[in-house]
Amino acid sequence: MHLLLKRGLQNYNMSEILVDIRNMTFKREERVIYNDISLSIPKGKVTAIMGPSGIGKTTLLRLIGGQLKPESGNIFFDGKDIPRLSRNALYETRKRMSMLFQSGALFSEMSVYDNIAFPIREHTNLPENLIEKMVLMKLEAVGLRGARGLRPSELSGGMARRAALARSIALDPELILYDEPFAGQDPISMGVIVRLIRSLNDALGLTSVVVSHDVPEVMGIADYIYIIAEQKIIGQGTPEQIAEQTSPLVRQFVNGESDGPVPFHYKAAPYREELIRKTVFTNNRRG
Amino acid sequence: MKQVYFLGRKAIAIISGIGRALILLISALAHVPNPKKGFPLLLNQLYAVGVLSLVIIIVSGTFIGMVLALQGYTILVGYGAEASLGPMVALSLIRELGPVIAALLFAGRAGSALTAEIGLMKATEQLSSLEMMAVDPLRRIIAPRFWAGLISLPLLTAMFSAVGILGAHLVGVDWLGVDSGTFWSVMQGQVDFEKDIVNSIIKSIVFAFVITWIAVFKGYDCDPTSEGISKATTATVVQSSLWVLSLDFILTALMFSN
Ligand SMILES: Nc1ncnc2c1ncn2[C@@H]1O[C@H](COP(=O)(O)OP(=O)(O)O)[C@@H](O)[C@H]1O
Ligand SMILES: [Mg+2]
Repeated sequence: MHLLLKRGLQNYNMSEILVDIRNMTFKREERVIYNDISLSIPKGKVTAIMGPSGIGKTTLLRLIGGQLKPESGNIFFDGKDIPRLSRNALYETRKRMSMLFQSGALFSEMSVYDNIAFPIREHTNLPENLIEKMVLMKLEAVGLRGARGLRPSELSGGMARRAALARSIALDPELILYDEPFAGQDPISMGVIVRLIRSLNDALGLTSVVVSHDVPEVMGIADYIYIIAEQKIIGQGTPEQIAEQTSPLVRQFVNGESDGPVPFHYKAAPYREELIRKTVFTNNRRG
Repeated sequence: MKQVYFLGRKAIAIISGIGRALILLISALAHVPNPKKGFPLLLNQLYAVGVLSLVIIIVSGTFIGMVLALQGYTILVGYGAEASLGPMVALSLIRELGPVIAALLFAGRAGSALTAEIGLMKATEQLSSLEMMAVDPLRRIIAPRFWAGLISLPLLTAMFSAVGILGAHLVGVDWLGVDSGTFWSVMQGQVDFEKDIVNSIIKSIVFAFVITWIAVFKGYDCDPTSEGISKATTATVVQSSLWVLSLDFILTALMFSN
């Protein structure tokens, strides 16, 4: 059993890497978001990046997409170092990836159909009847063929996310970055999206990166998981390995315990003291 | 000490803002647009920025012309000079009121709308999403809006002055009895093409440039929150109005002083 696991992992390491982050440090003004972090995204798999809110998950996706530049270190996409690409090379590389934003980011002044046709019209010179076939195919894949004429404001949250998903696969990217795809979804559309991510990944041979803090969904969908906290990776492995890890940090996150190595309370003076001192504090504010 | 620190930070913020605005303008405009894709975008924006500003420009221009004629007539008639009503109204409109008031109205109507629209696109991640689709938002969103503003305001200014003169004709000639032939011919004699009309066009182009630049920059640079968008929209109207009024003084001094 142990041997089997080891061999599996070796095979895993041997599989091709699409995105490789090496010793990357990123700061927002003075605040360090990532400190010398390294991680690899294997080709053709669903890799999940988990961590509490505000830890920098969206930031990581923007770093991979070249919208932010790290302080130091490398972010390789298929061997190209994203932060050091010229503007044109970066835009060429972005045509091979796609990002599903947390808000969906559909263009509000266009219909669902035009939203999905948008990247095709921008980047190809295909005739309109061919574009229509492609758009309908993508809409069918997310189950929204009947909603093509609606405006984004007429869609429910789950439908908007699926429409955005259709748009992000419009040009068959190699890499798709999902920012919190499960956040704020009702259980039914959550299930739909979980299945879509998996089936798109396998049917189209995509590489998927799913950023999320929803532990059960991620455990169900991911091939490999990284857990981020305190500017670093605190745990990684397949869902089974994560479930077996004993590190208290990982345990706290996976089990959703409110207190543990990561304190529930933002750093503060002792509560008792604060209660006694409260009047003084308010007076100071006024004075 | 604290004040020095505060002033220093303010100064740095202003200078870096100017730098960001310059970079925005240069990166948006420094490329040759694809006419097949760019032209429909420009037409859309000409409609949103220009055509939708027509009503306020025409109504305001008419009323300003009417008021000018009314006020001018009561003053001029005291000297028996009501024949000069035509040129008085035309020169006030063409030299000053046309470019300035049209610009202020444009800042309030079109400038604020541009800022709010771009700010909202930023807040809802539409701009980021364009970038990730390998479509440069500076070229796709900012550039057509900038050109549309630059083209629209000079045309709106010309219309403002024209309907203003018609409004003055209505009050001066049709209601107060100034001779129509005199109204037009004295005006024609007094208005100089180069000195008055060309200068009016130059003013309106400068104002169009400044207002549209401020409007697109404020939207693109805003905090992507509802508070940030509302602040940016206000800043667009306030700052472009101040720029228009101060630049108008400078331009007038340069154009008409000798
Ligand atoms: N534009 C920005 N300017 C400054 N700080 C930011 C900006 N965007 C995000 N941050 C900060 O960076 C941290 C990481 O943000 P983010 O990547 O959005 O976290 P997550 O997606 O994990 O919730 C947050 O604490 C946030 O306050
Ligand atoms: Mg996030």
